[in-house]
Amino acid sequence: MNTSMDYLAVVPRLPDQGRISAWGLLRLRQRLEQGLPLTARPWQTLAEQTGLTEQEVLTAVDHWQAQGLIKRLGLVVKHRTLGYTANAMVVWNVPDRWVSSVGEAIAGAPFVTLCYQRPRRLPDWPYNLFCMIHGVDRHRVLSQLDDLITDKHLETFPHAVLFSTKAYRQRGARYVSPD
Amino acid sequence: MAPLNDVEKAVINRLQHGLPLVPSPYATVAAELGISETTLLATLRDLLDRRVLTRFGPMFNAGEMGGGLTLAAMRVTEADFDRVARQVNTFDEVAHNYRRDHELNMWFVLATETREGIAGVIEEIENHTGYRVYNMPKEEEFHVRLHFPV
Repeated sequence: MNTSMDYLAVVPRLPDQGRISAWGLLRLRQRLEQGLPLTARPWQTLAEQTGLTEQEVLTAVDHWQAQGLIKRLGLVVKHRTLGYTANAMVVWNVPDRWVSSVGEAIAGAPFVTLCYQRPRRLPDWPYNLFCMIHGVDRHRVLSQLDDLITDKHLETFPHAVLFSTKAYRQRGARYVSPD
Repeated sequence: MAPLNDVEKAVINRLQHGLPLVPSPYATVAAELGISETTLLATLRDLLDRRVLTRFGPMFNAGEMGGGLTLAAMRVTEADFDRVARQVNTFDEVAHNYRRDHELNMWFVLATETREGIAGVIEEIENHTGYRVYNMPKEEEFHVRLHFPV
């Protein structure tokens, strides 16, 4: 279990009541890792489990979302179970001065599920922009990629398509969003 | 997998967009979808039980939490692939290990308690397997609209 206290550096403050209990926040984070309670008042349920008030729980979660500690609040889809079995990592070699604008453009395509700049590992690996496309089959993914290249004018950037052929381990570390 | 019914599809599509931060969020979403709160909660429980959904709740950003997170790749010969996959998967820090069709053919995520932990795990994996690990940490994230329509 990750018990790093790093996040306490950004402990939210209530406007009128000063600090929220640090131990309460640690318990809250541990509870949240297990998921949101499926009760009519989930924040109240968490409050009862952690010794905070419902308002403190809402304030903390709001703050963590604003800080980017919580990426999003919602469900995690097992995309393979839903029929999204073709999973392509598409990598591009984009000159460094353009990588941000090309990255933004690629991320804007509705079928792109992740888009990151990562370091090249020359001479073995020349690619510095990575995106994931999840689709129902390979043929569909490749045609989406063709559309992406045409729409965003990516013809001049060398790219490679790496389909996954087997998942050897899908268990996610708890804080990591699935690819 | 049993096919999803219309209510299940509506719930999955709606909740991928997130949950409002209000005291009774399920009631709010249920009203939007034109179903009862009880039906929404029962549907979510059932989807979790059937493992259509892996989890419901907040997704923490590992990088922001102070832990280490990276994408790593290896170039493993065919004859060694299964052995190396087994060795790599013995590490608790390894998640999402996929075989991909490229010269770099093994790709996995490493998540460690601390940022500094990544280098040590990579060295251990290299020593155990005899293969080089290419470390490709995120330098910049471009935000996507994550959504899987069903």
